[in-house]
Amino acid sequence: MRFRAFAAVMAATVALPCIAQAADLEVTHWWTSGGEAAAVKELATAFDATGNKWIDGAIAGSGSTARPIMISRITGGDPMGATQFNHGRQAEELVQEGLMRDLTEVAEKGKWKDVIKPSSLLDSCTFEGKIYCAPVNIHSWQWLWLSNAAFEKAGVPVPKDWNEFVAAGPKLREAGIQPLAVGGSAFQVNGLFDTLVISLGGTDLYNKVYKDKDEETAAGPEIAKIFAAADDARKLAKGSNVQDWNQATNLVITGKAGGQIMGDWAQGEFQQAGQTAGKEYSCLPGLGLNQTLTTGGDAIYFPLLDDEEKSKAQEVLAETIVDPKVQVAFNLKKGSVPIRGDVDLAAANDCMKKGIEIISKGSTAISTDQLVSADTQKQKEDLMAEFFANESMTPEQAQERFASIIGSAD
Amino acid sequence: MANSVPSRTRSSAPPKAPSGRPNQLFRNLHSKIALTPMILVASVIFFGGTIWTVIYSFTSSRLLPRANFVGLTQYDRLWASSRWWISIENLLVYGILSLIFSLVIGFVLAALMDQKIRFESAFRTIFLYPFALSFIVTGLVWQWILNPEFGVQGIVRSLGWTSFTFDPLYNPDIVIYGILIAGLWQGTGLVMCLMLAGLRGIDEDIWKAARVDGIPMWRTYLFVVIPMMRPVFITTLVLIGSGIVKLYDLVVAQTSGGPGNASEVPAKYVYDYMFQAQNLGQGFAASTMMLLTVAIIIIPWAYLEFGGKKRG
Repeated sequence: MRFRAFAAVMAATVALPCIAQAADLEVTHWWTSGGEAAAVKELATAFDATGNKWIDGAIAGSGSTARPIMISRITGGDPMGATQFNHGRQAEELVQEGLMRDLTEVAEKGKWKDVIKPSSLLDSCTFEGKIYCAPVNIHSWQWLWLSNAAFEKAGVPVPKDWNEFVAAGPKLREAGIQPLAVGGSAFQVNGLFDTLVISLGGTDLYNKVYKDKDEETAAGPEIAKIFAAADDARKLAKGSNVQDWNQATNLVITGKAGGQIMGDWAQGEFQQAGQTAGKEYSCLPGLGLNQTLTTGGDAIYFPLLDDEEKSKAQEVLAETIVDPKVQVAFNLKKGSVPIRGDVDLAAANDCMKKGIEIISKGSTAISTDQLVSADTQKQKEDLMAEFFANESMTPEQAQERFASIIGSAD
Repeated sequence: MANSVPSRTRSSAPPKAPSGRPNQLFRNLHSKIALTPMILVASVIFFGGTIWTVIYSFTSSRLLPRANFVGLTQYDRLWASSRWWISIENLLVYGILSLIFSLVIGFVLAALMDQKIRFESAFRTIFLYPFALSFIVTGLVWQWILNPEFGVQGIVRSLGWTSFTFDPLYNPDIVIYGILIAGLWQGTGLVMCLMLAGLRGIDEDIWKAARVDGIPMWRTYLFVVIPMMRPVFITTLVLIGSGIVKLYDLVVAQTSGGPGNASEVPAKYVYDYMFQAQNLGQGFAASTMMLLTVAIIIIPWAYLEFGGKKRG
């Protein structure tokens, strides 16, 4: 309580000097790669058109760099107008503590309950029956991006699924091509592993492990197979000395690497590089195996502000985000899927169309960010980072630790 | 007589006390007023903050501090975590080696510098220069130098030794030495300067006496000069020691803990768990362990150092 009073006082000192200004809204986010920045611009233009002003608060680095900054600004009493978080539980405690704004009225006016699909997105925004965030897009992790040129050079046909890709690995090495591009930051290997779980092991296995948090399954033979596959991936990834995910994507774009397992946000990079799906690169949703996508992605949260004009502007921004036209413009640039099923995406490229088709068929699963806490994700990241870097760690050892993380997960 | 003495002290004591105590309190009033903010800051922020952190390390606080006590759960988890063990191990390797090497290199450089060489000030500037750079810049510079494609390895290979391999930052087994190199490059200049100042403080007559006695130079350094430089060594030790414990930014800039988590350090564990994992309790437990380690080293030392002086 004392903490909140202090936060309120701090907020007041910051908010007072701004009263005279019209509704400038600072929006913090970590959309900084080429494709992402182009998408943000669409959102900003649409918001500026409503007479308000979008102040861009981009934070470079990945979400794990940006989130601590955002959270400490909100808890420290210097809230921004709006901020990005992933769908899920990253802002859970901020909402519980009453630091976030209730958007239920806007949501009811815009009939969000009817238009937003899948409904798990809105469920993630809901706390005690009230809605606290506006979903922006749907991202799925289960994609294998392939460089057609790399496979041509190695003299093997472009793989149709993960197994073929693994089989083509030695040929790629012979041709001097890095088979699998994986960046050094931990979220990438963690996402790769979760992708293997759902794409190779199936949706039931995925749900048992991450939704039910069943330690026995996590220690069982089915997950052992996944760790064996992760061991394959580890061998294929050996030698890719890059750090960021978009640098790894760039290896695929330039044909230096055969493929990359990365979420569909990688598509924005291919688009920025002027490449077309099917021609220069190929994409395999669900790694070409289990055609199910997890529906993670981004949502915009609105911290509670004292300034009335800004609060009004927050409502306008929330409406803008869910607006069908903005949804199309934003998601085309970003390479993600819109959060509503009723928009026309004729301009979407082949890969996006595949994704939209799978999602509209309803073969979706909830993303790990929504299922487990940030704490559990971090422990998984630590484990996977160690497993991928340390070849002396056997799949069995890794699985043992994985099972104990799942056993204590929340 | 025996009876009257205590009674007299008793009767004279009460009038003395009221006039004596305020005197104590108001003596040097200005400096005391001037010091008050500092004392408040020290006691509330440093001391209070420390106590608060220790208390909340026994809670299950996640993103926000909550007084939900769970006993030693956070500590159990901490010591069961392989990343924490890796961090401790790395800090030990880095700490011991950086202590030895910066003292040895710093002292040798200072001793060489003390031979009345030409352009001494130029050399001094060169050696001290890296210290003017932040750890972030140092880390980035060495990340480039040690990069296998552009750095040392690339250059040597382009000279013809194509099998030459030197990529500490990409090899989990030796990555901590890659960080150590950068740390030493940054820190030894300062150690050298401190040592040089210490050497200059040694009386010229001592050297003359040693020469008259025919003691070789290296023995004079080892058995006469170094023991005389004890205060300088202690200052240096404290500076190096605090640099070791707070090692964080160098790792972030050079490897961000990688490859995998082979170059993690305790301070990074604290940050990552407090802010990325949104688990304050776990971060507090780790920082409490860091505090405890420092206390275990500092308290006996301080007791010997300052307790001894009071007695003597």
